[in-house]
Amino acid sequence: MLDGTQGRWRELLREGLRHRSFLIGGLLTLAFLGMAALSLVWTPYGVAEIDVAGKLRPPSAGHWLGTDHFGRDILSMIMAGAVNSIVVALVAVGIGLGFGVPLGALAAARGGWVSEAVMRFSDFAFAFPALLTAVMITALLGPGAVNSIIAIGIFNVPVFARLARGAALSVWQREFILAARVAGKGQVRVTVEHVLPNIASVLIVQATIQFALAILAEAGLSYLGLGTQPPAASWGKMLNDAQTFMFQAPYLAVFPGCAIALTVLGLNLLGDGLRDILDPKLRRAR
Amino acid sequence: MTLFLVKRLVTLVLTLFVAALVVFTVLEVLPGDPAAIILGTGAQPDTLAALRKELGLDLPAPVRFFDWLGGLLQGDLGQSYTYSVPVAELIADRVAVSLPLAVIAILLSTAIAIPLGVLAAARHRRLADLCVMGFSQVGVAIPNFWFAILLILLFAVGLRWLPAGGFAGWDAGLGPALKSLLLPAVALALPQAAILARVTRSSVLETLGEDYVRTARAKGLSRGAALWGHALRNALIPVVTIMGLQFSFLLAGTIIIENVFYLPGLGRLIFQAIAQRDLIVVKDLVVLLAGAVVLVNFTVDLLYAVLDPRLRGGVEGA
Repeated sequence: MLDGTQGRWRELLREGLRHRSFLIGGLLTLAFLGMAALSLVWTPYGVAEIDVAGKLRPPSAGHWLGTDHFGRDILSMIMAGAVNSIVVALVAVGIGLGFGVPLGALAAARGGWVSEAVMRFSDFAFAFPALLTAVMITALLGPGAVNSIIAIGIFNVPVFARLARGAALSVWQREFILAARVAGKGQVRVTVEHVLPNIASVLIVQATIQFALAILAEAGLSYLGLGTQPPAASWGKMLNDAQTFMFQAPYLAVFPGCAIALTVLGLNLLGDGLRDILDPKLRRAR
Repeated sequence: MTLFLVKRLVTLVLTLFVAALVVFTVLEVLPGDPAAIILGTGAQPDTLAALRKELGLDLPAPVRFFDWLGGLLQGDLGQSYTYSVPVAELIADRVAVSLPLAVIAILLSTAIAIPLGVLAAARHRRLADLCVMGFSQVGVAIPNFWFAILLILLFAVGLRWLPAGGFAGWDAGLGPALKSLLLPAVALALPQAAILARVTRSSVLETLGEDYVRTARAKGLSRGAALWGHALRNALIPVVTIMGLQFSFLLAGTIIIENVFYLPGLGRLIFQAIAQRDLIVVKDLVVLLAGAVVLVNFTVDLLYAVLDPRLRGGVEGA
């Protein structure tokens, strides 16, 4: 059994190394995870190290990506900002998957009032856009990274609940489910053994989108001054500062944006690759 | 279908009621007395008490909740503490900016995304597919406010074709007003279009792999005929869901984008109202925005039922 599982993983890994999106996405993601990890022990300069005499310097040998209006090193701030973005997104998507998928699967399996209750909960939570919720939460609790995690995470729950329910409903109507039911399998067993594996690819694609959106949402909140607070580094806050100095130092607007875009791009490519590798139908098509 | 419609309508009303209750309760526990905010820190206690009475803040919370709700239903949204004008007037002014912005963004994103998604699926693993997926990947990855800043740098600062921010106003004429909204709408539409194109492609591809499409192909239908005649209608179900979800993202997007471009829309108003503790504006706006999202989701549910009658009654109804 163990050999079989190991063999399957080896096969998937071999597939992955041949898959361009998976490879590029994996490398980009590893690069950013590595950069984030490195920033925990080393950055070229201190993240909060102010050097007014050296402010708004363009990229140079001393400061590879230049300095901001306080003379802080942009590369160091981007490195530290990576940790912040990744942590916020990971926890927020984890909250969404952990609560949303069981809710959606349950709704599809039980139908009736359970399904109705889950859908109404979704509608209710959906009625508040993530940023609006975040603005409300930060108005209530004060701005900060933890509050932005809560806000983004809460919004992820109905996204996954609704998607899982919709996808599971389609699966429940297929013949092999009927066969499984006739064979005497209960709703929970059918859900775990047949429904979830069949909706996994949809969930993976959505999880990558939500992960990307969580990073973007965190950056957006920080841009508005509601997310991570100074002196902690945040890509969104860096872009806010950059807009103020866009005439004197346009490069300030380039690097943090590139960092967000490349991270999100890497994660999305990785997710796409995973979907292709994990979905047998697409593997046959290739 | 009538029962389905009635059930959805009842839940819509209930959702809105609960949303209003939650918003009211959340803002009740917020620190800060609106009367003290209006009069400032040096206000005398009796002046404060008089203003609290005038604003109805001395009444019990349940009475204030139902007064507020009754007002909302009659179109009386109260008076803004900060701007000293009726909130309905304030919101109407801002809707004149936000609604056209959202509509232009939705039209742009749908017009770009659905044809691109279908094209990519129809030309799976060919050059067109790779180009569409490349666009989608980059579009999804770019934060809209960063894209907005880049657009400003290029079209306002560099080429000087369009304004860098602000709103000319509808009184200035259609041309200048639309010019003010063009860059914000493009900034809002690109990420939406990228997501929608990706979902459309994924959904059409999945549907093309279904047995009934294979049967249609086996009967001699071309890939295109099978796609347009059989696959597209079913493939649109998840696309419609995502479009419904996107409306919410679009509203969130307007909060940021209106701040980037200093547009006097609803997004900027709510942000300013929270900063100024203008709670009556916050309450009204949050409930109205929530109402808009609920209505869109209701429409999505209806479209679901129209597109796939099997889904009207859930599993047990099939």
